[in-house]
Amino acid sequence: MNTVAVIEPRHAAGQRLRERVFRGATLAAAILVLTLLGGVVVTLLKGAWPAFARFGFGFVTSEVWNPVTNKYGALAPVYGTLVTSLIAMLFAVPISLGIAIFLTELAPSWLKRPVGIAIELLAAVPSIIFGIWGLFVLAPILQRHVQPALIDWLGPLPVIGKLFQGPPYGIGVLTASIVLAIMVIPFIAAVMRDVFETVPDVLKESAYGLGATTWEVIWKVVIPHTRVGMVGGIMLGLGRALGETMAVTFVIGNSHRIAASLLAPGTTISAAIANEFTEADSGMYTSALIALGALLYLITLMVIASARFMLLRLDRRALGSV
Amino acid sequence: MNRPVTNAASARRRAIRKLTNVAALTASGLATAIGLFFLGAILWTLIKDGLSGMSVALFTQPTPPPPGTGGGLLNAIYGSAVMTVIGILIGAPVGMLAGTYLAEYGRNSRLATVLRFINDVLLSTPSIIVGLFVYGVLVVPMGHFSAIAGSVALAVIAMPVTVRTTEDMLNLVPQGMKDASMAMGAYPWRTITSIVYPAARSGIVTGLLLAIARISGETAPLLFTALNNQFWSNINEPMANLPMVIFQFAMSPYKEMQQLAWSGALLITLTILILSIAARIIVSTLNPGGRR
Repeated sequence: MNTVAVIEPRHAAGQRLRERVFRGATLAAAILVLTLLGGVVVTLLKGAWPAFARFGFGFVTSEVWNPVTNKYGALAPVYGTLVTSLIAMLFAVPISLGIAIFLTELAPSWLKRPVGIAIELLAAVPSIIFGIWGLFVLAPILQRHVQPALIDWLGPLPVIGKLFQGPPYGIGVLTASIVLAIMVIPFIAAVMRDVFETVPDVLKESAYGLGATTWEVIWKVVIPHTRVGMVGGIMLGLGRALGETMAVTFVIGNSHRIAASLLAPGTTISAAIANEFTEADSGMYTSALIALGALLYLITLMVIASARFMLLRLDRRALGSV
Repeated sequence: MNRPVTNAASARRRAIRKLTNVAALTASGLATAIGLFFLGAILWTLIKDGLSGMSVALFTQPTPPPPGTGGGLLNAIYGSAVMTVIGILIGAPVGMLAGTYLAEYGRNSRLATVLRFINDVLLSTPSIIVGLFVYGVLVVPMGHFSAIAGSVALAVIAMPVTVRTTEDMLNLVPQGMKDASMAMGAYPWRTITSIVYPAARSGIVTGLLLAIARISGETAPLLFTALNNQFWSNINEPMANLPMVIFQFAMSPYKEMQQLAWSGALLITLTILILSIAARIIVSTLNPGGRR
């Protein structure tokens, strides 16, 4: 018994030491992840500084992008990023809403799981795959069948006709928007499905009890109840569309000009960086591209942060790893 | 009591309501069909165009120079595997420790709440931004592109994924088990390493699979870090990898090179889909009632 009395304090001290080491390691990892965001922002600003210092606010308002004279303006890529993402949302939001409604209210239980998994798998397909598919499959179909019809029917109309004029290139702003829409649909649909499932059954059943149709239950009970979460999901998809690179790079056409027509080639921030970074032969060129990246991150940070803020109230486990 | 009149009016109203209902539900079914159609269309194209290029040479020959006759994807497959493995080896331990902090130590402390939010933002950070970040902190100081920089970029992308899945999986372990261990006098580290980790093992494996699936198809962050290489290379040099080879070969004017790009695309997509499905199967055996 004597030995026990001697060993125990030493054993306890060893345990305490290990506890401190393990706890310290988890805390250090947590702080590392925490500082990562700051590190990204500081690194981007540092790389972008020469361009920001040289062009000032004019960097954002100028459309000129000329590596030969070393003059750079971000207006065309910023415009392209915003326009392609917004059009993508016009396609993606209604379709995602439909998928979420189908999965939560309509599908028989044997169909729910396979269809849900299939939609989630669409989210797992890498963006470069969407890129080559968009370039070799979607763009030729659009060029041959869809764009000529748009030009014939919508082109002569006043005002909106301007959006659908010019030759059918196949690639361009509209094609990029469609590919982006296909890419963000699974993300928005997954979040919407998860927020729909947080609606208490009692609420829905009371509406059914009053004689409401399925659609009325969705429109007047489910959607009002989950408004904030739905907007959060849409913003999350928007954040993804804004920063999407490879898929867009393949189909946007890479032209630093702002064209009125949606059928014309354009560029986005991420496509410009992806295309030109390895060709950038001067320090100012590289810095201008990093400055584009800094602008992109500023825009996406605002969108993502507000999306995450809206989704905070949700049970995190219901959200999966989107 | 104008019963007949009300009846006629309410019958019309009911017909309109029923029609709206049917129209809306049909539209939602149609939307689902559109989503599934695109998944099918992409897979079908990959199989149609990728399968014809499947050959032994694909796995035994390195990437060819233009115009791309002969040759395969061996060095690109190798490079992708190397960078994914190193990326996971760097990213996953940090992510798991941080996730452990969130689930077991931090819980609802202010630091944990802030970390959770920051981690969610990192999770949605565009991968091209991660590429520019690693370019700034590694490629510029080192003076050249390298596979190490590529691996670190992939690690930065894998990290927030593992933080999130680890925390979620550790939270699934019943509090009673943790309490029982604590009541026996075990310190938290003992409880976590001997009780919580083993209980959450399959969940943690799932998280790792999802992280691997996420980074193995990433292209944008490798553009400014690992670049590409037509030849064999060590990890201190630019290294070939499947996504970059697909990017460059698909854009090339030569049919054979485009064919290699399609075969590479099929390989990478199949790998990722298999990993994702495996992850889901593990989770469904883990908690049979759960959906994911």
